[in-house]
Amino acid sequence: MVIEIRRYHRDQDSPSTFVQYKVDPEKTLLDNLITLKEEVDPTLTFSRGCRSGVCGSCALRVNGEERLACMTRVQEGDRVEPLSVLTVIRDLVVERESSLETLDRGGAFLMDPQEIPLSEEDERLIERQSDCILCESCFSSCPVYETNPHFLGPFTLTRVYRYLVDKREGEKRGHIDRIVENGIWDCTLCGRCGEVCPMGIDPKNDILLLQSWASRYGYSNPQMASFGSYGLEF
Amino acid sequence: MIWDLIVVGSGVAGLSAAIRGRELGRRVVVVAKGYPTQAQTAMAQGGMNAPLSPGDSPERYEEDTLKAGKGIGEREAVHLLAHRSIEAIQWLERLGMPFSRHGNRIAQRRLGGVPVARACYAQDYTGLKLLHTLYDHARKRGVHFLNNHFLLSCIVEGGEARGVTLLDIGEGSVRQLLGSAVVVATGGYAGIYGKFSTNSHGMVGDGIAAVLRAGAKLRDMEFVQFHPTALVQNSLLISEAARGAGGKIINGDGERFVDELTTRDRLARAIYEQLEMGKKVYLDITHLGEDFILSELPQEYRLARLHGGVDPLKEPIPIRPVAHYTMGGIEVDLELRSSIPNLFGVGEVASTGVHGANRLGGNSLMEGVVFGRRAGERASEVEGSGGEREYEETERDRHLIETLLARSGEGESIYREMGEVQELLYRKGGIVREEGELDGALAKVRQCQEELPSKGIGDGSRLYNTDLVAFLEYRNMLDVAEAALTAMKGRRESRGAHYRRDYPEEDRDFQAHSTLWKDNGVLYLDFKRVS
Ligand SMILES: Cc1cc2nc3c(=O)[nH]c(=O)nc-3n(C[C@H](O)[C@H](O)[C@H](O)COP(=O)(O)OP(=O)(O)OC[C@H]3O[C@@H](n4cnc5c(N)ncnc54)[C@H](O)[C@@H]3O)c2cc1C
Ligand code: SF4
Ligand code: SF4
Ligand code: FES
Repeated sequence: MVIEIRRYHRDQDSPSTFVQYKVDPEKTLLDNLITLKEEVDPTLTFSRGCRSGVCGSCALRVNGEERLACMTRVQEGDRVEPLSVLTVIRDLVVERESSLETLDRGGAFLMDPQEIPLSEEDERLIERQSDCILCESCFSSCPVYETNPHFLGPFTLTRVYRYLVDKREGEKRGHIDRIVENGIWDCTLCGRCGEVCPMGIDPKNDILLLQSWASRYGYSNPQMASFGSYGLEF
Repeated sequence: MIWDLIVVGSGVAGLSAAIRGRELGRRVVVVAKGYPTQAQTAMAQGGMNAPLSPGDSPERYEEDTLKAGKGIGEREAVHLLAHRSIEAIQWLERLGMPFSRHGNRIAQRRLGGVPVARACYAQDYTGLKLLHTLYDHARKRGVHFLNNHFLLSCIVEGGEARGVTLLDIGEGSVRQLLGSAVVVATGGYAGIYGKFSTNSHGMVGDGIAAVLRAGAKLRDMEFVQFHPTALVQNSLLISEAARGAGGKIINGDGERFVDELTTRDRLARAIYEQLEMGKKVYLDITHLGEDFILSELPQEYRLARLHGGVDPLKEPIPIRPVAHYTMGGIEVDLELRSSIPNLFGVGEVASTGVHGANRLGGNSLMEGVVFGRRAGERASEVEGSGGEREYEETERDRHLIETLLARSGEGESIYREMGEVQELLYRKGGIVREEGELDGALAKVRQCQEELPSKGIGDGSRLYNTDLVAFLEYRNMLDVAEAALTAMKGRRESRGAHYRRDYPEEDRDFQAHSTLWKDNGVLYLDFKRVS
């Protein structure tokens, strides 16, 4: 079985090329990458950690779709590429420093913790959102980045939602104030992020819920306002 | 610049230390090989211990932990762990840790060997959620993160730690990081068994190798816990839940040969003996029925299908015991101080003596929080005195990296030999040990150490060179393996996770900790009786 991997090295004559490799269909994509590195080409570069879908290291794209290499079987003709949107460092490794900074801008933490015991239902409200492994697949899939590089993005907004609705959070408004700019109103609600999330998280839905929280605090969707002023001219 | 606190490692222990440092107003930097939330802590599923259940108490927790430690657990350290655990859970609650609930209380489950439900958990993602909660809080507190940096050496001057040297993986260059105190929290070394380990990639004990080279002492390196049931294909752990629910352990002839609910040690040994006789061993859950498996063991079902290539509804799952957790590490006292002033060790990388000869499930995450915070506090008290100049270690490591890069493509690749050594460690320094075999393994490891200069890397690029990182890890793996094998050979008895076929009984003369250190490149071993 043969697959193609996009190789990238900034110093090479043609920095980006697809190279074909023979792989073993009985193994995961990650195990195949490891074998290729150890036995075929030591320069093949990728990230890995837990090999069980919890550390988020090995996210990449297969035929354009975001995947965890450790949880994916290979198929004939697969095209393997690094995540999109993020800057590629080498081969399948991307730079994540700047995307992680959205966590600070968005305020993804408990701002004013209260000593309130959580019930089973309270915990369930944040259970799925707190499964996030920060693989950044959703970030890679989000079309907003084509036009707005400052967008807070799906994983940060989901995380903000998770702390906002945490019963122990005493400062709700502070969260809202930080996500109205380059945040909840910039999302096109396309749903791509939820489709690619390996943990079954649906950031789009959380963003919708954040929008209604924002309305409660007196914010309104600026995009709707602009529809108003331009009339129905499109 | 000189930091107040350098923390190497971003797992539960490192982040707990870093946060404590920030609470005390210190300038803190956390270094990680990858990104912070990629630490192995994310893999922990079972839970973390705290005596919250009715009828449970810190005293009982203390006794259970000491019992599992088989006579060489350090009572004071265990006392501290047990008595600070409840407060640690409360602290995590304030950070927003989403523990699973039972009614309005934190839910708890039983983990192997303990008769009460003592482990707090967050579904099957305890470590993941703990790690991310700590990470979010560390960012809130202004901890500085230095990602994709590989620890090479500890800088020691006048007998005191001054900082560390690092390989910037992204750039392929060596830099030094200076600090008043250094906290090493780089995790355990079960990864020296390579494919025969449940651990995350690269957990070969880099921190242990670095401090050993710097002159620090190690302790109890012979104690490695093996998990009895991991998938043969890639050593992913199949949890005890599968056996608890009635899963059977059978050999290739379809025979049962062991009580499935016995201790991890015994089960691992019984399975290993079958494997040595050339038989295959399986975990059979087919009789539990589709409904039960899909609703109660969904993770096991998914992992066995994806990685094991078997359908657990229809066929037994091939398993084997593999290295899981390492009790030994950098020798530290109750204040997490190593034998080098201003150098601290905490988490799986360290040996406080809390686990003794064997760790109780759910104790390592708790250790990471309780002792991590303590390490952060103690390290914050240090007033540094070193100057801001380039140190000898930095020069030496730069030379090492430049030489490796310049010689790329010349030496022989390490990968084949690395795989062979890992398998050798599993066979000769693993579940069952014996003098002659340990001698053989030690000789092989030393030969590989000597021949390492003739090996090389195949990738000469500076840019994010993971081939170079693998080489550095292999060098550390050999040093750590040498230390562990030496301690295994020295301990002529069986105790806890250490089993010697030639000395199958516990021996009171060995109610002692092994201590290892290097002087002029020579490794020394001694035993210190437990106080
Ligand atoms: C599958 C599995 C399940 C487990 N389940 C449980 C459980 O249910 N309960 C429990 O209590 N324990 C459990 N454990 C054990 C527990 O997870 C670990 O002991 C604990 O997480 C170790 O944390 P740590 O902070 O010491 O290090 P780790 O989480 O291992 O982190 C190590 C850090 O050091 C960094 N590092 C390593 N080397 C270098 C280097 N050379 N340069 C720079 N940085 C470096 C890494 O990047 C990482 O950030 C489990 C372990 C495994 C493998
Ligand atoms: S739903 Fe919103 S956040 Fe998600 S991918 Fe689409 S635009 Fe991005
Ligand atoms: S929300 Fe899902 S896709 Fe996005 S980073 Fe988290 S786990 Fe990955
Ligand atoms: S290696 Fe950890 S998610 Fe794939």
